[in-house]
Amino acid sequence: MFPTPIEKTSRSWQLTYQALLPLALIMWLLPLIAVAIFSIKPLSDFSQGNYWGLPSTFEGVNNYGKVFFESDMPRYMWNSVMITVPTVIGAVALSCLTGFALGVYRFKGNLLIFFMFVAGNFVPFQILMVSVRDLTVNMGLYDTKLGLVLFHIAFQTGFCTLFMRNFIRALPFELIEAARVEGVAEWRIFWFVVIPLMKPALAALAVLIFTFIWNDYFWAVVLTQGPGAQPVTAGITSFNSQYVAQYHLMSAGSIVAALPPVAMFFMMQKHFIAGLTLGAVK
Amino acid sequence: MALATPQKRGWYKRNEIAITPWLFLLPAVLFFSVYVIIPIVQSFWISFHDWDGLGEKVWVGTDNYERLLTNDRKFGVSFWNNIRWLVLYLLAIPAGLFIALFLNQTVRGIRLYKSLFFFPFVISQVVVGLVFSWFYLPREGLLNAMLTFVGLDTINVLGDPSMATYGIIAAGLWPQTAYCMILYLTGLNAVDPEQVEAARLDGAKGWKMLWYVILPQLKPATFIAFVVTIIGALRSFDLISVMTNGGPFGSTRVLSFYMFEESLSEFGFRMGYGAAIAVVLFLIMLMFIAYFLYSMWQDEKGGR
Repeated sequence: MFPTPIEKTSRSWQLTYQALLPLALIMWLLPLIAVAIFSIKPLSDFSQGNYWGLPSTFEGVNNYGKVFFESDMPRYMWNSVMITVPTVIGAVALSCLTGFALGVYRFKGNLLIFFMFVAGNFVPFQILMVSVRDLTVNMGLYDTKLGLVLFHIAFQTGFCTLFMRNFIRALPFELIEAARVEGVAEWRIFWFVVIPLMKPALAALAVLIFTFIWNDYFWAVVLTQGPGAQPVTAGITSFNSQYVAQYHLMSAGSIVAALPPVAMFFMMQKHFIAGLTLGAVK
Repeated sequence: MALATPQKRGWYKRNEIAITPWLFLLPAVLFFSVYVIIPIVQSFWISFHDWDGLGEKVWVGTDNYERLLTNDRKFGVSFWNNIRWLVLYLLAIPAGLFIALFLNQTVRGIRLYKSLFFFPFVISQVVVGLVFSWFYLPREGLLNAMLTFVGLDTINVLGDPSMATYGIIAAGLWPQTAYCMILYLTGLNAVDPEQVEAARLDGAKGWKMLWYVILPQLKPATFIAFVVTIIGALRSFDLISVMTNGGPFGSTRVLSFYMFEESLSEFGFRMGYGAAIAVVLFLIMLMFIAYFLYSMWQDEKGGR
């Protein structure tokens, strides 16, 4: 193991390390801790210049209450859910199909199509912006959740295909061959042999895509406007212009907006990290 | 019994293995073409036109590109800022490695520490941007509170054209470092303990051990870290939009932001010009994409 395990080092370094850990963590999360403190302060603290002292009163309930009951925040959150969940389902479903096709079969153009998906997943969004916006407007889907969902599904399929195809490649190919010898139809092999083996990949991909889509800002700004369809990343900016310079409310709003992916991450940590590091370790 | 199989199987049955992959690929390829491949081609086409997004496109040849490259100061600023992003963003890789080495221990509660260190990556860039712009606030911000505490002058990071871009990049490095850290933590898990022990017996330790024994084994992690960091740097948009909106005096624009501004600004939609900027950005990216694909292809050739 590298670096040298702490148990094998001197007692003094062990103690130093134990002390350094929490200190380093506080330093690392300092900007975030600052926002968390802001979000439980009363307005009066800011007008009196008490930015960094202890909150004079605990206003957490009030501040967060305002975010939930007196702003458009819940609507933006709901929009985010209604954009994110269908995208996750759509992109994962499509990439199961492509991953199976590209991972199992050998045919001309296999690598070419695979690389098309991979390359498409790397392009800067801006090269797509003008056309995708135009297309969405022409389909009458501008400023609708469906318009965003369709685009996200298409774009995420690139990354998901990379992921699924590599996962399926690593499965024991003998299983599929055995099923073929038995005369099992190809689609049944997909459904009854491959899909059950893909469960960990499905979970990892779902968590990952959930986070990516929830946190998307660029497409939310390009394809939607207003609280009817905008997700929370775009909504937070209008929320902030509603409460200009009221840092206690803006902080509370930001924390609420950031929470769902964070909750997702802590609940599904194992899958999340497995997803992110796919290919990093073979 | 083999002989019992019916002589005349259907056409589909006979060609099943050849056809199935195409049926499976069809929906995704269709979707992907409509939303990704065709728009790329269209953007190239639009970049040779003058177009407000509504009326007729007017062919202007390479005018847009000539204007970009010869007399557009904003383009120059954006381009050089992109280079700054690219170079400085790569710091996330050594920084992530450093934190990963720091956390690669088995003490009590280390799992929680690891996830809390990773935490910034899960938060949306919009919130990261907001958090840092408050951190930098000249009067209320924690940064200046700390600077005053140690007796230094206060600074207005985002209000100063010479500092603003670096301030935003620092904000971007925060989640990116977390990402690289998790890649390296997983990589370190897979480092062969026998090699490390053998090297230790040979007297290798510290930097030498890291450089000659550990890093070569972390190569796959480094490759992924490199890919995601480059892409992240060239995609930077959210942070700039949230933190400075391109200002002060346009000093924090990058190509992706400038393109957006030209195409969808309140001063009218200059889609043709925007598309030309996007094409330039795309070509920069293409160099990296080509390299990534080439490396992947090298790997593939060894496989099944």
